[in-house]
Amino acid sequence: MNSNIAASIRTQRLASLIPMLSKMIPEHAILSEPEQLKAYECDAFTTMRQMPLLTVLPDTIEQVQHVMRCCHALDIPVVARGAGTGLTAGAMPVENGVLLGMSKFNKIHAIDLHNRTAWIDPGVRNQAVSDAVAPYNLYFAPDPSSQLACSVGGNVAENAGGVHCLKYGLTVHNILELEIVSIEGERMTLGGPALDAAGYDLMAIMTGSEGLLGIVVGIRVKLLAKPASARVLLAAFSTIEDAGNAIAKIIGAGIIPAGLEMIDQTGIQAIEALMHAGYPVHAAAVIICELDGSVEEVEDELSSVIAILNSLNASDIQVSTNETESKRIWAARKAAFPALASLAPDNYVMDGTIPRRALAEVWTKINRLSDEYQLLVVNVFHAGDGNMHPSILFDSSDENQYQRANELATRILELCIQVGGTISGEHGIGLEKINQMCLQFSDAEINQFHALKHAFDEKRLLNPGKQIPTLARCAEFNAMHIHRGEMPFPHLERF
Amino acid sequence: MADSINATPESLAEQVKNAHYNQSPLQIMGSGSKSFYGRNITAIPLSVAAYSGVINYEPSELVITARAGTPLREIENLLDEQGQMLGFEPPSFTDTATLGGTIACGISGPRRPYAGAARDFVLGVTIINGKGEILKFGGQVIKNVAGYDVSRLMTGAQGSLGILLDISLKVIPKPAYEATRVLPYSHQQMNTLLSDIGRKPVPVSATLLHNNSLYIRLSGAKAGVQAAASAIGGDTLQNADPFWQQLKEQQQPFFNQQRPLWRVSLPPAAAVIPGDLVEEESFIEWGGAQRWVYSHNGKKLQEWAIKNGGHASCFRDAKRDPSLSHSADETVFSPLSPALFALSKRIKDSFDPAHILNPNRLYTGL
Repeated sequence: MNSNIAASIRTQRLASLIPMLSKMIPEHAILSEPEQLKAYECDAFTTMRQMPLLTVLPDTIEQVQHVMRCCHALDIPVVARGAGTGLTAGAMPVENGVLLGMSKFNKIHAIDLHNRTAWIDPGVRNQAVSDAVAPYNLYFAPDPSSQLACSVGGNVAENAGGVHCLKYGLTVHNILELEIVSIEGERMTLGGPALDAAGYDLMAIMTGSEGLLGIVVGIRVKLLAKPASARVLLAAFSTIEDAGNAIAKIIGAGIIPAGLEMIDQTGIQAIEALMHAGYPVHAAAVIICELDGSVEEVEDELSSVIAILNSLNASDIQVSTNETESKRIWAARKAAFPALASLAPDNYVMDGTIPRRALAEVWTKINRLSDEYQLLVVNVFHAGDGNMHPSILFDSSDENQYQRANELATRILELCIQVGGTISGEHGIGLEKINQMCLQFSDAEINQFHALKHAFDEKRLLNPGKQIPTLARCAEFNAMHIHRGEMPFPHLERF
Repeated sequence: MADSINATPESLAEQVKNAHYNQSPLQIMGSGSKSFYGRNITAIPLSVAAYSGVINYEPSELVITARAGTPLREIENLLDEQGQMLGFEPPSFTDTATLGGTIACGISGPRRPYAGAARDFVLGVTIINGKGEILKFGGQVIKNVAGYDVSRLMTGAQGSLGILLDISLKVIPKPAYEATRVLPYSHQQMNTLLSDIGRKPVPVSATLLHNNSLYIRLSGAKAGVQAAASAIGGDTLQNADPFWQQLKEQQQPFFNQQRPLWRVSLPPAAAVIPGDLVEEESFIEWGGAQRWVYSHNGKKLQEWAIKNGGHASCFRDAKRDPSLSHSADETVFSPLSPALFALSKRIKDSFDPAHILNPNRLYTGL
C-alpha cells in the first residue's frame, strides 16, 4: 500500500478505535508504542514482518468480545496470537490491523479425572497441560517440538502434531470442545464434553483454521493415561533405501510405534555436534522408533522391530533402558532445528507430507534438486506419518540465495503433491506457503474455502490474506510458475 | 436407479448441476440401509450405489481409498485379509451398507472411545457440492493441514453439504489378541472402575453395561491383555467375538422393540438418566458415553441430555413417538443454540446455496 495512504488510515483507525476499546480494556492492555509493538511484528517465521496498528492483551472473554465488536464495527482486521511460535507467519500482523495477544489466558480451570478431560485457557502452554495432570498419571498427547513454549490455542489454530501423531493423532483428535468468539463478538460453544455433538462437526472445521474463522477462548482437552512402558530405539543405516524399507516393514508387521523418525547424515552430524547424544555420525540415515504400551506389549514389539532392523543391515542399534535414556534420544531429535542453525545463517523448514511408499523416491529427488540449486537440504522426517521436514540452508542476506531457496521450496512441495501428498502436514499455511496452495487446490476448491470462510466472517476481518490465496494471486503465481518451467532458472547461470 | 451410466463423477455432477439449476431437491442414496436415521425428506432419489470399488489400498500405508458406493463388507473383508480393520468399527445394520452412507451418517461402533470415531479416520474426500462442482479435500496422508478440514466436516453431515464420491480412511492393525471380562456391576460401580482404569494403561477396547452386567473387552498383545484381565477380575466371556458383533449391529433382543429408540451421547461419567424419562434400563456403551434407551418423552430427554453436557437423538422410529408427531420431526436431533444454528445454515449455504442436497434431513433449514 502507498505509504501515505497507509499512514492516513493508521491515524484514522487509531483515533476511532482507541476510545472505543478503552471503554472496556484497561490502558495497560493496549499497546501502541513502536517499541512495544516490535515484539509482535512476526512469529517464528522471522523473514516476514509487519508492525500492527495496536496490540491488545485482553484477560477476560468479555474483553475479547469487546475487541471483536469494535473491530467489526470499524472494519479493522484482527490477527490472533498465542505464543508466537508458529512457523508460517500465520500470526504476523496485518498492516493497520489489531494484533490480539491471548497470552494472559493462561489458566487451567478444571481437571475432570472421571471423564479424563481438562478445561483450559488458550494461552496455556502445551507442556504445562501434561505437567499439571502428570500427578494423575495422565498427559495431553499432541507434542510439537515447540511444546515447551507453544500455546494450546495455537495448537488448535494449526492442528499441531508432533512426533507421536501416528499412534495418538493430531490436535483435532485430542480436543472435545471449544469456546469461540466470532468476529461479531458472539460467544459460541463447539463440540462438548460428550464424545460427539449435535449438528455439523464444527470442531473439525475450527481446528487448523489458522485464526481465520474465530477466536478460541476455551478448550476442553482429552487426557490419556501414560503408558506403563516406553522404550526408544535408535538404529543406523548405510543407505536411505534400507532405512525406508525398515519403516515400511515395521508398519507392515502390524506395529504402530508411538514415534517413528528418520534423519539424514547432515542432520545427524549437526545434531551430534550440538547435543552429543551418541548419534552415529557416519550413517546415511538413522531411524528412531519409540514403542509404548504395557510392559509385555513393548517387549514383544521390541523384539519384532529388532529382527526387522537386523534383516535390513541396521547397525549401532541402541535401545533405551530407562526414561533418562529415552529422553536423551528424543531431546537430540527435538533439537534438530536449533542444531541446523550452526550450519547456515538461515534455515527454511518445510512441512510437506507424502505417502510412506514414496519416501526413497522423494528423498533421492530432493538430493538432486539440492545439487541443482546448489543449496544444502537436510532431511528430518516424521517417517511414521509421512511428514517430511526438509530444511533448506541458505543465507538470506544474499538475495540470490534467498530466491533460490524459495524456488527450491516450491519444487519440493510440488514433488510432495505429485506423489499424492500435501504441502503441509502440521505447520500450516499462513503466508509462508500461501502460493503453494494454488498448486494443491483447483480454483473451485479455493472458492469453496472462501465460501466457508464467508460463513464465519463475512467482512473478511479475521487474519485476512493468510491460509487461503485469492484466485488473482493464484493466477499470478501459476503464470510465473509456468514461465519458470519454460526458461529454467536463468539466475543460476551467474553461479 | 443404480445403473452404471449414472455412476461416473461427471454424470452425477451433471445431475446435481441440473438440480441446482432447477432448484429441485435430491435425496442421496447409497443402499438405503440407514434410511431410518434422520428426518424424513421428500426429494428425487440420486443413487450413488453404482459408484463402487476400492481405488487404492496398500497395507503398509495404513490407508484405503474407495468409492462411496463400495459395500462396507467388501472393504472390511479386504482389510481383514491383511490383518487390518476400520478402527471405528462401524455397524452396517444390513449386508448392503455402503462406505459413503457409513461416513455420511458418521456412526461408530464399540471401539469408538478408545480408537476414535469415523471422523477421526477420514483423511480425504472427493465430493460434489450443491453447485455440481467436483472438489477434493484432504488426501491420503495422516497429517494434512492444507486448507480447512472439509473431509471431517462431511462426516456425519448426512449428505447435506456434499455428495461423497471417493473417501480415504486411515486403517489400523487388528489386535493380536482379545479377551472379554464380565462383572456383576451397577452403573455406579462401572463409573468407579472405569474412572480408575482410565488413568492406567489398561487396553480397554469396548464396554457394555446391561442388566447389571458389565462387559469389558481388552485388546492388544496377549500377555498385556491377560495381565489386565486378571487385574480387572470377573469372569471370562466365552464366544466374545459374536457378542460384540451382535452388539455393534444392534441384533440383541433389546433393540428389537417397536418403540422409539433414542441414542443419548453424554460425558462418560454423567449421571444416570432419570427413570421418568426412559421406559426401561438402558444399553450403555462407550464407558457411559453412549446410552441407548426407549423413551416417549423425547423432548424432555433432549433437555436433560443438553443440561448434562450431551445430546439425544431419536435413532429409529421417530414417527412412532407421540411426543414428536406435533413438532414436524424437529426433535429427531437435539436442537442447536440459535447462534450455532445460524452458523450451520451459513455453512450449508456455502456448500449448497440452493439447498438441494438432502435438505432438512438433519434439521429444518439445513
